[in-house]
Amino acid sequence: MKLKGRKISGGKARGIALVSRKSLSFLGGVDPETGVIKDTESDIKGESIRGKILVFPRGKGSTVGSYVIYQLKKNGVAPAAIVVEEAETIVATGAIIAGIPMVDKVDIGKIKTGQFVEVDADKGEINVEE
Amino acid sequence: MYLTKEEELILAGEYGFALQKAIEILVALGEIYGADSLIPIKNAQVAGVSYKNIGDAGIEFLRDFVDAGAKVSVYTTLNPAGIGEEPFMEKQREILELYRAMGIEITSTCTPYYGANLPKFGDHIAWSESSAVVFANSIIGARTNREGGPSSLAAAIVGKTPNYGLHLEENRRATVVVDVKAKVRNFVDYSFLGYYLGKTLKNDVPYFKGLNPESLDHLKELGASMAATGSIALYHVEGHTPEYKEALEDKVERIQVEEKDLEEVKEKFNVDWSEIDAIVIGCPHASIQEVKEIAKLLKIREKSPKIPVLITASRAVKALADTLGYTEVIERYNGKIIADVCLIVSPVEKWYRGIATNSGKASFYFSSFGLKVRLEDTEKLILEAP
Repeated sequence: MKLKGRKISGGKARGIALVSRKSLSFLGGVDPETGVIKDTESDIKGESIRGKILVFPRGKGSTVGSYVIYQLKKNGVAPAAIVVEEAETIVATGAIIAGIPMVDKVDIGKIKTGQFVEVDADKGEINVEE
Repeated sequence: MYLTKEEELILAGEYGFALQKAIEILVALGEIYGADSLIPIKNAQVAGVSYKNIGDAGIEFLRDFVDAGAKVSVYTTLNPAGIGEEPFMEKQREILELYRAMGIEITSTCTPYYGANLPKFGDHIAWSESSAVVFANSIIGARTNREGGPSSLAAAIVGKTPNYGLHLEENRRATVVVDVKAKVRNFVDYSFLGYYLGKTLKNDVPYFKGLNPESLDHLKELGASMAATGSIALYHVEGHTPEYKEALEDKVERIQVEEKDLEEVKEKFNVDWSEIDAIVIGCPHASIQEVKEIAKLLKIREKSPKIPVLITASRAVKALADTLGYTEVIERYNGKIIADVCLIVSPVEKWYRGIATNSGKASFYFSSFGLKVRLEDTEKLILEAP
């Protein structure tokens, strides 16, 4: 299944989808050392985002979250790509400085955790294996 | 979004990695928020300075950015730093040096407009620090969105910002009329009002009726408190702020603020003096007039308070206070002016159980760290403290 979105941060990636239906705060919500979600309100708490295609509606919280995304990348535990419904400043900035492919304006209701996903952020295209 | 030939080249990496990353951020934000182009800015104010806030993640990014040759291309000032024990301070000094290496004036204040960075009416600027953003927009009439640390830094490096939001005339009009029926007179009344409205309003541009602010500091606190408890970035006050005449359109929602609305805030921050370990004044950083008033009140009181009076201010204001003799008076009565530092971004919860302040913004943050808070006017803070 092909989904269309909009490029926020360029690049291509493939991997297993990890899907949350809730807004995500990177500062305080994700452990920058391990890439494990620790936000107690998150529906993917305890999951590792390392190497995943991380799918969630939108970012929230402190603008320092951008730097946390950068640190995840430096520590080798960043997601392979980020797919959101609606990009906002924090996650968009983080994805760009970390060089993580990111696409927004995607109907994320069509993606489920565990599916294999290919992201071509330059074209704003997502391919979900059914 | 339209990009000039030069901007396209920067985006393609022709001018190096740091400029490329910076413009990528601006272009992405421009696309997200529907900007038609990038516009030149006159200056920038960059947040993301305290080690408590940006942590090792921030240091790592700043270090890599400096190594990649990042330099600001417009006049840029900096937000306050944190204060603490070692090794906190070592990290804090490293952050300041990294910003200095980018060509930023390491002024370290949330009130650049009291010294190193005062824009003029109509200037497009890229400021982070929510209290400075709302001051610049509302009281000066400069134009800035509510930037985060990284996006204001990106704008400072490129010298441009995406043209959307509060850079556009049509988004600067009032979205709600706030009729103030409650008695709002002293500094702390503006804290109560701002605290309440930040929680009540959404992403609004409020237009105040019935307010008669006696000083600039009152307006400073009103905006800072609204921006802390909410996301207000611009407000107008009938008869007092520079854009109020063009701000009102027909059909705008109206609300009233009564005495009882502010009572809720007063009751929330009414902790007994016995639980207070320090008085904190200067959030946002105190002006020289505020410092003068504190010195005067301490003289009237004559006896030193048992708990310290901590005044945070910019180095510019501290230098004036030194010269004018206020620092000496304040220090004589168990007070201290701490320059270029913000206690909100310092590990205060390790030092104090309770804080008394006149600031709605400080009350909001201190209570969020689990501290007990007494919110009171300057005069009562100084004269009634144990």
